[in-house]
This record gives sequence, C-alpha cells and structure tokens, in this order.
Amino acid sequence: MTTIPTPLKPAIRLRGFDAWYGDFQALHSIDMDLPENRVTAFIGPSGCGKSTLLRWINRMNDAIPGARSSGQLEINGHDVLGPATDVVELRRRVGIVFQKPNPFPKSIYDNVAFGARLHMKATKAEMDELVEWSLRKAALWDEVKDRLRSSALGLSGGQQQRLCIARAIAVGPQVLLMDEPCSALDPRSTASIEELMVELRESYTIAIVTHNMQQAARVSDFTAYMFLGKVVEFGATLDIFENPDCQETEDYITGRFG
Amino acid sequence: MKHAPKPALLADSAVIAKRTRSLAARHRKDIFFRNVCRTVASSSALVLVLLLTAILTQGLGSLNFQFLSGPPDPDPAIAGLWPAMMGSVWLVVLTLVIALPLGVAAAIILEEFQPRRVYLRRIHSFVQLNITNLAGVPSVVFGILGLTVFVSMFGIFGNGQEAGMEVGVTYFDQFYNEGDFILEVPVADQAQPVAEPVEGMTVFSYEGTAMALHLLGDDEEWPADPALAKRSLRTWDAPGRIQENSWWYFRLPFGRGVLAGALTLMLVVLPIIIIASQEALRAVPSSLRQAALGLGATPLQTVRQITLPAAVPGILTGAIIAMSRAIGEAAPLLMIAGIVFITHAPGNMMDDFTAMPLQIFNWAGRPQKEFHDLAASGIIVLLTALLIFNTVAVVLRQKLQKPLS
Amino acid sequence: MKRSSTGPAARGALKGASSRHFRKWKERGLFSLLNGAALFSVFITLAIVWVLGAETLNFFAQDEVTVGEFFGTTQWNPLLGAEKHFGIWSLVCGTFLVAGVALLVAVPLGLITAVYLSEYAHPRVRAILKPALEILAGIPTVVYGFFALTLLTPALKTLSEDFGSFNALAAGIAVGILILPIITSLSEDALKAVPQSLRDSALGLGATRFDTSFKVVFPAAMSGITSAVLLASARAIGETMIVALAAGSTPKVTADVRDEIQTMTGFMVQMALGDVSNYGVEYYSMYAVAAMLFVITLGFTLVGAYMRRRFREVYD
Repeated sequence: MTTIPTPLKPAIRLRGFDAWYGDFQALHSIDMDLPENRVTAFIGPSGCGKSTLLRWINRMNDAIPGARSSGQLEINGHDVLGPATDVVELRRRVGIVFQKPNPFPKSIYDNVAFGARLHMKATKAEMDELVEWSLRKAALWDEVKDRLRSSALGLSGGQQQRLCIARAIAVGPQVLLMDEPCSALDPRSTASIEELMVELRESYTIAIVTHNMQQAARVSDFTAYMFLGKVVEFGATLDIFENPDCQETEDYITGRFG
Repeated sequence: MKHAPKPALLADSAVIAKRTRSLAARHRKDIFFRNVCRTVASSSALVLVLLLTAILTQGLGSLNFQFLSGPPDPDPAIAGLWPAMMGSVWLVVLTLVIALPLGVAAAIILEEFQPRRVYLRRIHSFVQLNITNLAGVPSVVFGILGLTVFVSMFGIFGNGQEAGMEVGVTYFDQFYNEGDFILEVPVADQAQPVAEPVEGMTVFSYEGTAMALHLLGDDEEWPADPALAKRSLRTWDAPGRIQENSWWYFRLPFGRGVLAGALTLMLVVLPIIIIASQEALRAVPSSLRQAALGLGATPLQTVRQITLPAAVPGILTGAIIAMSRAIGEAAPLLMIAGIVFITHAPGNMMDDFTAMPLQIFNWAGRPQKEFHDLAASGIIVLLTALLIFNTVAVVLRQKLQKPLS
Repeated sequence: MKRSSTGPAARGALKGASSRHFRKWKERGLFSLLNGAALFSVFITLAIVWVLGAETLNFFAQDEVTVGEFFGTTQWNPLLGAEKHFGIWSLVCGTFLVAGVALLVAVPLGLITAVYLSEYAHPRVRAILKPALEILAGIPTVVYGFFALTLLTPALKTLSEDFGSFNALAAGIAVGILILPIITSLSEDALKAVPQSLRDSALGLGATRFDTSFKVVFPAAMSGITSAVLLASARAIGETMIVALAAGSTPKVTADVRDEIQTMTGFMVQMALGDVSNYGVEYYSMYAVAAMLFVITLGFTLVGAYMRRRFREVYD
C-alpha cells in the first residue's frame, strides 16, 4: 500500500480494487489514496488501465455491458460502489472532463447552466451568478461574456475544453476527473488548460490521466505510474520523476519503454 | 476576480436546500418514462399481432384450392384469386426486368463516377436530389403519369382504346355453319371489311386445313357427305371477327395491359433500387477499387469485375425490397387498370390484367361480409408471398456475403 | 528498304491501336448508356411536371371552371351534371384531416419508440422490436385499408354511434400505423448519429437517462427528427388505398373526424374507377388534383431532404 505524507487528507481511497470488462481483468487490486486539493496524475502506456480507473471513480463504466468491479472505493468516506450509492448524486460530486472537447450543441450559457438546471430549480439571477462564476473560474469569462447566447460550437478547441470544465464545476463537484483533457488541443490551448488546473486544485481534488510526461511533471503534485492494470509506483511527482524506485518507471519516464 | 466568492447556488446552504430538485422525483420520472417506452414499443408489436390474428381468423376459412386456382366470381362461395395471382407474377417479373438494369446503371454512374468538374458536380447532385424527391412522390401520381404516357401515349396513336400499331396478332373471320362446323377466313388487318362467302374461295377448317368453299343457296339441300358439309356455307351466313394474339403480341399505345402496369410500377420502384444499389456500392471497400485501378484496369472494368460483383448481395436485397413494394402496390395499378372483371391469367404483355392488391381492394370495398373474408384470404396469400421474398433476401444475403477486407 | 522494316511488327502495332480504339469507343458507349440511365430519373420528373402541367392548363381552359373557383371556393362536385363545383379546399382539407390524425398517432408513438430503441432498449429487446417494425413497414397499404374498414371502424362504432361507415378517424389511425415505422426508423437513425461523447458528458454531470435523452440527445437530433416527420407527412398526404377504402367519398371542409370525407388521392381513385371519358372537365380535374398533390408532397420532401442534409453536416 502506498501512503501519502501526513498533513494531507485523503479524498479518494482505493483498497484492493479490481475491475473487469467481461473476462478481462483490467485492474488488479489497486491500493492508493488520492489527497484532497491536490492534482494526481496517472501515467503509463496505452491500455494500462488508467482511464478505466478514472472512469470507475464516478462510475461512468456502469453503462458498458460486462464492466464490473470489486474491492473498496471511497470518496470522502462515502462508498462509491455500493448499491446504496446514487450515481446521479455521485456524478454531481465527481465531475469529469473528456479527451475531446464536447460542448452540447446549445448556447455557451446553456452549456454551463445545463448541469445546474438538472439538479436545481434556480431563479434567473441565481443562475446568471452561477454561470458567471463558473466561467470566471474556468478562465473563460472575459473571452465569452459578450456572446453568452451564441452557440458553443463556434468556440475554438481550447475554449471549448475550458467551457467543458466550467460546465463540470457549475454543478459544485468536490472532485474533478480529467481524461487526457489536452490531447486534442494545440500547445497554446494546452498551456491555458494546464494553468487552469494548477489554480483549480485549491478548490478541487483533481485526478488527471495523461500521456504527456511533461504535463504530468508540470501540473501534478502526485503521480501514479501504471502498467498492465497495476499501480507500479505512486508518490510525490518530484520523487517519481527524479528518483523513481522502480526501473520500469524510470524507463517509461525517460522514454526507454518498449 | 479569480477568487470571487462562490455563488449562492453552490455556497449558501439555505439556497441550496430550497432550490435542489428532489432526487427521488428525478428517478421516478426516469423509471416512469422507461415504462412508457416499453408500453408504447410493445404496443406497436401488439398492433402487428392484432392485424395478423384478425386477418388469419377471417381469411383462413375460405383459403382453399378452389380459391387459389379459380377465377373471381360474383358468387363469393366459388370466387378465386388465380388471375390476380398470375397478374401479380407478370407485373413483378416485368417490373424487375425493366427496373433492375436501369436502377443499377444509374447507381453505378452516381456512385462510381463522381465528376470533378464543378458544373458536372452540380448536375450530379441535382440528379441525386431528384432521386430523393422521386422516392417521395405519391405512387398514385406515378399512376396518373403511367395512364397518360403508357396507356394512351398522349393519344398519338389514336384514342388509346384501340391499337394504332400492332404486331404478333392474327385476325380472321369465323363462320359457324349448319352442320356445326367452324370455317375460318384469314384477314390482313382489323380494318378489312367482313368477309363475304364466295364459291371456291379458300377457307380453313378449325384444325387449320385449307379447303375450297362450297356455297349453297337458300333452298339447296344441306350435303350429307361430312367432308362436303365441312366446307359448306349458305349465301347469307355472316362471320364474326376473331382476334388471336400470340404470346409476343405487341401494340402501341400499350393500353390498359400488363406492360403499362409494369412500366408504371417501374417508376415507383426505380428510386428504391437506385438508392439501395448506391448503398451497396458505397459499402465496397475502396481499397478493392484502388487495387484494380492500380493493376491497370479501366474504371469501367473495375466496376464490372470488382465493384459490382462485390455489391451483388446488397443490390439483390434492394431488388427484393423493390419486388415486395411492387407486389403490394395498388394505387398506380388502379389508375392504369381500374377494377375490371378478369377471369383469365394474362397471356401476353398487352393483355388486360388484375393483380392481388386490386382484387383485395375490390373485395374489401364490397358491403357483404363474405367478400371481406375473401379479401382476408387474398391478404394471406399476398403476405405469404412477401414472407417468401424476405426469407429469400435473408438467405441470399447470408450465402453471398463474403468478407471483403 | 525502309518499308520492309515496317513489316509485321508495325502491322501488329496498328492492329493493337485499332483494338484499343475499339475498346475506347466501347467504353464510351457503355458510359453513355450508364449516364442515360441516371438522366432517365430526371426525365421521369420532367414527364410528371409536363403531364400534370399541361393537363392542368387544359383543365383551367375549360368553360366550367376558373382559377378563382379552384383556389377560392370549398365545394368540390365535379360529377354532378349542371351543378359542377371545383373548389379544391374541401379535398385539401380532407387530406390534411387524415394526415393530421395520422401524425397525431405516429409522431408521439414513433418518437418514443425511437428514443427507446436508441437510448434505453436492451439489445435483446431491439432484436425483437426492429424486425417487427420492419414487417409493419413492409405490409401493403391495401391491407391497412382493409384493417381500417373492417376492424377499426366497427370498433369505433361501438364506442360512439356518431361514426360513419366511412370516417376520417379510422383512415387516419391506419395511415398513422403505416407511417409509424418510417418515423421510428428515420428518427432512430438521427438519434444514433448523435455522438456518444455528448451522452457521456451529460451522464457525467449527473443527468439521469431521461435527462440525457430529452435534454441532450433529442435536441441535438432535432433537425434529423424534423426531417423524419416531414418525409412521413409526405407519405401520409399521398397515401391512397387506405383512404379510398375507409375515408369515404364525400368532399367537405370539416374538422370532425367522425365524418365521411374525401382526400385528393381518394378523388383520383374515384375517377379511375368510374367510367369517365378521356376528355371533359371531370377528366382534367383529376390532373389538377394530382398536380396539387404533387406540389404539396414535393414541398414536404424537399424541406425534409434539406433538414436531413443539414443534420448530416453537423455530425459527419
């Protein structure tokens, strides 16, 4: 079991967590604690299970036929996997941002308000306040404040991805999951998203899956290296990148993998 | 502004408590809708079951050999579907023979030879749009087009009822003499005046042997010799004009015959065949085409030897869908043929006809329940034919579908 | 001696050239045949426009009718000797009454079924439901007409005495069943074309399946669904056999679905069945009605095709 240094409070706790797609076991007894208000990066070669793990944290895998899991997965002390857990409520607390920016074919305003409207019956003033706050938080407000009613599909890729982040935080999550959020973006947009992540970690616990070593080094506080469905090494990012315990981790990070 | 205070909807617990929708209610809505969905979806399956049950219970009783092999009759107890079944067979076969080559050819041009030049591309997309629109034209409009173009040919060849031009037909005048023998005198065409009996003229017996006519006056005694009686007529005997059509009889205009019906149905199914064939051609992997072109085949050779054979299963499926449409289509045929009392199967392409859907329409429209039962029996036969078509389509698709890549 | 050097080899080359020539011409010939087949479809459209246009002009050239009467009045009575009336609106009204009933039946049921098939249904349920719908779509319309006349109408009559032996409601319901599979399958295609990522995003924000279907997927597929409804409407307006059997032959302007009415297609069938001479105003009136029907359905089909293309452009 990998523990995290003390003053930090664990937000997400995994103990003996296994996951399968049909007969294929995608994750093998994962034990780890993701600390609150920190960015944890998951790195590793394609197919190592990092996206699967991420998608189990807010149970996005429920819809996939044949996907099942066992073990313990808790968020702030609440059981995620149990039958008593309401996935709708869970996903409200655990937001997710996907690889490809995918705003709804609606206006910018309606995109941000979408989730909040699902959960709440708010007045226009309250909703305006929420939309503005979320867009500011996602560092998009200044760029779109004059065209909130125009279609979100008219934004650039980077803007669309920040809109998706704004949309996710507008429902008031505690955890943000990001599944390769920059892999479809150009370097400038990537830089702006990375900047945003560093700021958002003050308010949210963030887990990010990335293929980009530099990105993991730049934005994350902790890094987990995964291989063949196992967490090979997990620790402070600096340690992992500069002084990895395992040879495999070092090989992967320095590009000697495979 | 990055550290702006959290909005009330996220920070003020009083507001949150007041505004939050009931989670239970949202789940209830979700489950309620799923149940609505299930009910609605199963009701459409139920409609199908209801329809089939009603028709089977009503129609199975009168579905017997007499019904399948006999002609229609004013007496519902002995009425049959045979001429209509044969009419449908003629129509479907002729329709397919005409529509399939045309449709596949059009699909090949539209799918395999997409032009590069701008104005040609415009024409191309216009043709494509035109086909989409043709698929949406009500079939009864095709019927009225067929009525004008095929049945009467704009009246170019006369009034449309009688043939303006014809081949494959023989006319003769037929006498029926006192000795119960038939004597025939050939005539060149329909316009000839009725034959007058003349002593010694060549006549033919019913069996076709040529004989010299023996003419008798009013008061002369009828010959006792059967050989002589066979070629004898009284001076006042008058013939009837008989028309004998060979199986290749052809006339212009087409009149209300099978060919006019089939051509009209061709208009209805052509868009279906074109669209299905296009889809089949589109599904052929382009790597196959490129391989053939790379080996030096011309584009047309590529189509004929590579693309078209690979698309055959899809095209056949389209052809069967078109056949299913043609066999069930009634409105355009109604415009062409109307409801006529036909007791024989068509003998040539110009023959009057009726078809299963027309016969069903005819019986269904009568007030007596006995005829409704006949209509139901006819529907069972029609649906059985459709079932066979679809089974053939499924089997063909499975047999012919080879992996292409 | 140069000539001898252009011996057999050169002749062979020449022969090769001529056979190449032949092949080229053969290809050209085949190519124009194929082009001819494609242009034939345009020719059909032109023929429809020409025939309907010319005969409609003939119709308006008759003494008994004026353009004003045709478009401006509501009484349609072409067969009554001296009292002929040619007000198209009663036929148009009958047509839209039946099509309206059909859409009221088919749009909600069809869209709900489409959402169910695309968003909710288990693959096993789909495997039963899809073929059932395909069978419904393949049943000849005369069968639905029989169904309306001998099953629906008697059933309606037991509900209320006011229903006629021919009425708009029974015909409309049968037309609705006829277009239900069209709406379902075209809308389902549209719903399925909405990218899965939008569904994931909505679910990731805490949407229920109901929220996802109706607040994200359905609106995103709206133009495709509109196209489906328009194409189905064109089919309902042009449907002939059901109304010929079950709707009756009394043209009138009414919104009462219990009444006997006549549609444009119903009138055309009536003319085809009756023994009307090939000339005269009654005969030409059939073409005028056909022209009207063609223009209306063409409008629906064109807008439907346009919406469909716009929808494809968004998600391709």
